[in-house]
Amino acid sequence: MCGVAGYCGVDSSEDVGRSILTDMIGALRHRGPDDAGAYVDGNAGLGHARLSIIDIGGGHQPMSGERDATWIAFNGEIFNYVELRQELIAEGVQFRTQSDTEVILRLYEKLGGRCVEKLNGDFAFAIWDRTRRELFLARDRMGVRPLFYTTVGGTLYFASEIKALLAVPGVSAELDPIALDQTFTFWFPLAPRTHFKGISELPPGHILVARDGRTEVSAYWRLDYPEADDPLDGDEAAITEEVRALLVDATRIRLRSDVPVGSYLSGGLDSSLVTAMAKALQPDRLTSFSIAFEDAEFDESAFQDHMVKALATDHHRFGCGTRDIAEIFPSVVRATERPMLRTAPAPLFLLSRRVHENGFKVVLTGEGADEVFAGYDIFKESAVRRFCARQPGSHSRPMLFKRLYPYLPGLQNQQPAYLEAFFKARPEDLHDPLFSHLPRFRNTSAAKVFYSPEMARELQGYDALAELRERLPQDFSRWHRLSQAQYLEAAHLLPGYILSSQGDRVAMAHAVEGRFPFLDHRVVELAARIPPRLKLKGLREKHILREAARDMLPTAVGNRPKQPYRAPDAQAFSDPSAPAWIASSLSAERVREQGYFDATAVAKLDAKRRAGRIAGYRDTVALTGILSTSVWHDSFCQRKNETNVTFLGGHHASSRHAAIAGR
Amino acid sequence: MLQAVTQPSLDDEPIAPAVRAFIEENFLFRSNSAELLDDQSLMAADLLDSTGVLELVAFLEERFGIVMQDAEIVPENLDSIRAISAFVARKRSS
Repeated sequence: MCGVAGYCGVDSSEDVGRSILTDMIGALRHRGPDDAGAYVDGNAGLGHARLSIIDIGGGHQPMSGERDATWIAFNGEIFNYVELRQELIAEGVQFRTQSDTEVILRLYEKLGGRCVEKLNGDFAFAIWDRTRRELFLARDRMGVRPLFYTTVGGTLYFASEIKALLAVPGVSAELDPIALDQTFTFWFPLAPRTHFKGISELPPGHILVARDGRTEVSAYWRLDYPEADDPLDGDEAAITEEVRALLVDATRIRLRSDVPVGSYLSGGLDSSLVTAMAKALQPDRLTSFSIAFEDAEFDESAFQDHMVKALATDHHRFGCGTRDIAEIFPSVVRATERPMLRTAPAPLFLLSRRVHENGFKVVLTGEGADEVFAGYDIFKESAVRRFCARQPGSHSRPMLFKRLYPYLPGLQNQQPAYLEAFFKARPEDLHDPLFSHLPRFRNTSAAKVFYSPEMARELQGYDALAELRERLPQDFSRWHRLSQAQYLEAAHLLPGYILSSQGDRVAMAHAVEGRFPFLDHRVVELAARIPPRLKLKGLREKHILREAARDMLPTAVGNRPKQPYRAPDAQAFSDPSAPAWIASSLSAERVREQGYFDATAVAKLDAKRRAGRIAGYRDTVALTGILSTSVWHDSFCQRKNETNVTFLGGHHASSRHAAIAGR
Repeated sequence: MLQAVTQPSLDDEPIAPAVRAFIEENFLFRSNSAELLDDQSLMAADLLDSTGVLELVAFLEERFGIVMQDAEIVPENLDSIRAISAFVARKRSS
């Protein structure tokens, strides 16, 4: 696990190339503190910051292939590299190292860009093909590892994180209003868009080829579901067995490492299952890590204890309070490089720091199971909304919403008429492809009331929901409703929000690599073909996964209803002893200067915050979104001209270099 | 509503302006807004979420000294400034 950076375009001297690469890699040092390297060849350069995990002695990068004709900088892991290496050796290919990096290179030499199809792993890599004078970039299917790029003066620059691109002379940070609007709708911008104007993300499952000043981006994989009436053959028992066997294998190859692999253990079904499988595969040693929240509303310690006892792991738990979240939040924004509407990434940022302090570089996590096996409440909510729509005016049907959200006090105290009103499907909604997510998108969009008049004007006529609808795959309408909802989660929210702000970025901020057995593409593809009725059985979420896990988990954990991972949001920012950055970020002067939000409206929200009266979803996401946008702005947008330049004015600071590289 | 206006008592204050001020301050975050009409649905305008309803009920009970029964917490009574004002006036006069 590492950081990569580089460029391809206009010829420059070796010195200039090395200097740029040094700055870019310097900005990624947290991802790879063990080693660094750079390679320059005329109009192209590759840089690498290394966290040594496999073939510690032989894996220095950038690494060259046969006769130095190809060079690679690679971030991630290829979990099936052992098998691929054996196949290649059987074909007569000779290897110089034991690394998975060299496996990619040899595969590329053999197959070209199609090498990605053979890889099972989490990766973002760049190959410079000297013969073709071509740069090849690739990103893993589910979007575990990040990769960004931008073009300046005819040269394409790429890097694992945007910080490294901001270290390039001529690249500046400016908020993309549409990205902010998408965040205030979906919680994240739709790839390839990022919050930084002019900087793109290489979407998951995509490759990029740059040659002769031309850049081509294309998909090599896409999450696909069968048509509604065409599910996987086979009975439940056979499917259960297939799921179990594949999950065990996905975990087994994710234990491949030359350093110890630990495990996150939240106490929920998914991380418990992953930890149990890991423990079964390596009975001698397993270290697990978890968070304990001070606030009982969010804490899962009792379930963690249960699992620790059952599996006898060497468990490390650290406490997290609202004060910790408020204090660390600005660092989380700088790590994730984005405005965010929830604080949930913050405890995970703190957790990875503890993992690092305990000497671990790699952890397994249960992330992805809710998307792949249908665990989220939103899937059930969607089913109940359709159920209610069939008998409008029913007083008993809306009561089901209380059963869906036992952990939300605001909802538990609600009268049936309001429950119905809040979740009610408008007649036109029933045919909307985004049906499952409309309440969430609408509730989130309510926070746009805080936009400044300039922001609102800039966004006039833009409709984030319409853009998402347009991007849906052609055959989306023929999928089962559950598959449609799962697609929105797995193809958009997972890479766009979960993996970007709770996965790689907060883990790699402390040089910790997360590995996700549920996101093995074989598991993802199998789960997509499983009949929806076996995933969401009545209102029992992740049914087939629970069946597959039956013999591997204590009953209390295996049957435990889903409790989504949440962290204190508004509470963290409302405490009278909350850190000073919060009040200053909300000050009228700062809000006006940044120009994104309406200072008067923010002042009213701030009054509510100081009175400790922010409790609802809209106010909470608004507060978190406004604070994180302010921190984002202060962290990345350097303005040379202080005289009333707004973000909409198109002003570019001339040098981002010094300000960002040192952060 | 008419009754409340034509028969003011000493502890009565104009209801609609107080309700409007509360909604502007806490849900709309704007003052003297022409955006919000007295008849406008608060839910359709995305101003009221599930917690907002509870905030509103707490405000009405405290400010106007009324007690709302569960069965009264319905959109018919609470979904616009006019509906809220009429409801409070009815409660106070009963």
